[in-house]
Amino acid sequence: MESSTRRSFYSAAIAGLGGLMTAALAAPAAAYLLIRPKSQKQSDFVPAADLAQLTVGKPEEVVFRRTRVDGWRVLNEKSTAWVVRKDDQNVVAYAPQCTHLACAYHWEEKDAKFFCPCHNSVFAIDGNVVSGPAPRPLDRYVTKIDQGKVLISTEIQKA
Amino acid sequence: MKILRSVIDWLEERTGVESAIKHFLYEDVPASAGWHQVLGSVAMFAFLTQVFTGILLALNYAPTPGEAYNSLRYIVTELTGGQIIRGLHHWGASLMIIVVVLHMTQTFLWGAYKKPREATWMVGALLLLLTLAYGLTGYLLPWDNRAYWATTVTVHISALPPVAGPYVLRLLGSDGGSIGAVTFARFYAAHVLLLPPLTMLLIAIHLYLVRRHGVTPIEADRTLPKKKFYPQQVFKDTVATFAWFAILVAMAIAVRVPLGHVADPTDTSFIPRPEWYFLFLFQFVKFFDGPLEVVGAVIIPTLAMLVLFLVPFIDRGKVLRIRERTGAIAVIVFAIVGWSALTARAVATTPPSTEDPDAGLALVEPWQELPADQLAAIGAFRKDNCGNCHVVGKSGPGPDLTRAASQRPTDWLMQHFKQPAPGIATQLKNPELRGLVMFVTKRSDAALKAWSSAPQAAVEGAMVYQANQCAACHKLNGVGMQTGPPLNGVADHRNREWLEGHFADPQKFSPGSTMPAYKLSSRDLDRLTNYIMQIPK
Repeated sequence: MESSTRRSFYSAAIAGLGGLMTAALAAPAAAYLLIRPKSQKQSDFVPAADLAQLTVGKPEEVVFRRTRVDGWRVLNEKSTAWVVRKDDQNVVAYAPQCTHLACAYHWEEKDAKFFCPCHNSVFAIDGNVVSGPAPRPLDRYVTKIDQGKVLISTEIQKA
Repeated sequence: MKILRSVIDWLEERTGVESAIKHFLYEDVPASAGWHQVLGSVAMFAFLTQVFTGILLALNYAPTPGEAYNSLRYIVTELTGGQIIRGLHHWGASLMIIVVVLHMTQTFLWGAYKKPREATWMVGALLLLLTLAYGLTGYLLPWDNRAYWATTVTVHISALPPVAGPYVLRLLGSDGGSIGAVTFARFYAAHVLLLPPLTMLLIAIHLYLVRRHGVTPIEADRTLPKKKFYPQQVFKDTVATFAWFAILVAMAIAVRVPLGHVADPTDTSFIPRPEWYFLFLFQFVKFFDGPLEVVGAVIIPTLAMLVLFLVPFIDRGKVLRIRERTGAIAVIVFAIVGWSALTARAVATTPPSTEDPDAGLALVEPWQELPADQLAAIGAFRKDNCGNCHVVGKSGPGPDLTRAASQRPTDWLMQHFKQPAPGIATQLKNPELRGLVMFVTKRSDAALKAWSSAPQAAVEGAMVYQANQCAACHKLNGVGMQTGPPLNGVADHRNREWLEGHFADPQKFSPGSTMPAYKLSSRDLDRLTNYIMQIPK
């Protein structure tokens, strides 16, 4: 039988080396699973509508094509937004999903409100919740106006 | 401490786990046990590492041809630690084969396969076969040229046996030796669904048999007292495992695992070669020509495996000390010399590959290699919403144009592009129309990949490039005249301010230039500059 100091050296070495190996495997695994992909694609502005075609106070559902990154795939796909012209130089573009459970909402002309048919959330034209279960105002796309065109970015701002 | 003790006691009473661990750790081993018996533990650890890193890879991997390559590229270029995880799995495979072969060599030299341990040896030989099967099936999964062409050779070899050949092919999901989606699915399923449970089962049997018969003692052990497995032998196993693992980690960090171009069945220049541990076989097959090929590629390797499997029944002599086992030593020396000679010959006679082994690791996307006219045509296609009817990659109201080049005559196409449907007119100008005609009738592979994935900003940049006829003086991605300097890689020596200023007033930036000034809108200038700066060398 070995001496007890020798035994405890063995035990400590086994635990130490084992721990080192576990850590060396766990660290890259955690980084690999938890850190966001290094995205090489910045959010890109795409033209969605002509400012001249929008009437102040009347939301329009505009359809535009944008490039979206989905894991290893880059998709060029159709996308929509509810665009409201606020005045001469300002528009807001709402993402087309209700902030409750992401159903598609629409503009009710007669009530002048956005209405979500899933759980009856109602939003005002400024995006604020009027009634229903929606927890926050409508999400907005970052927009800018360039030479009379409304440009929409993929970046979403949550209220 | 007291709480821990009571938890352990509770567990022990209900499950017996503590006594089971003790039973496992305090097994008797002969006095002669030592460093030469650590390799089995290292091999098992190697397998567990492969399982772990393999699961991690599978979490971000799409097992279909094409997508497989893209998702692997995503793993190694986009994900933090992805390169290291793949490195651990790739080099782990090679290092596992080394340790498994060393483990078998040790067992062979010591004659540890003799009665009553014949079954332990035979299960071990099967485990060696499984280890090689992982290497063979895993080689296809990156779906680059290396993977594709090497597996093409493997599949053709497996079709060689008379009578059975066609059935083997069908089993591999191959139609006459070609490799497609079905073969890929079979290889993937074998690699991750079939082989691992089988390996675990055989490892369990192997371990059970090792435990049942104990570590092989030598003559001198008869008179010496036995030792316990823990802690001394466990310590040695751990140190050896750690050394193996340290080499693996160093390789995963320092040696980049290649990823070439995506598999291209029309590439006739690629010279396939197998992974290093199969090179000797690759060379061996070359000695057998024509009808004899099946002898070298299938019959002899199968017989060799059979002999290996039956070693305990071929050598039935008494257990001897290792120094007296001259026959066994001779066999090992012969194997080492033969293997090294064949491998060296294979390395020396295979011409170097013309393919850039790291092509897939570069961050160049398909659209960046596309001539500007084709990218601009993609822009025209998108601008006039052609994709509403001709959905890219799917059949929609109009035919999927990615499936085959258009056979329509030019006049028909020109008319169709001006007026795609009754009452609908497009706003495309003549040069754009001509560009589209060229594009849909002659589109290249790179164009197909870029069609849906090229970012809109770049596509618009290419449209500005085309509209201003830059190609009349400049060459870019192989298209254009050479009156002016070529534009590939211009970002390496010019910055944005220089380029933007240069468009507006070329002579100010390069005196004596014959380039006319271009008055572009700020948006066009931005798009064009961005586009040109992203075209790689």
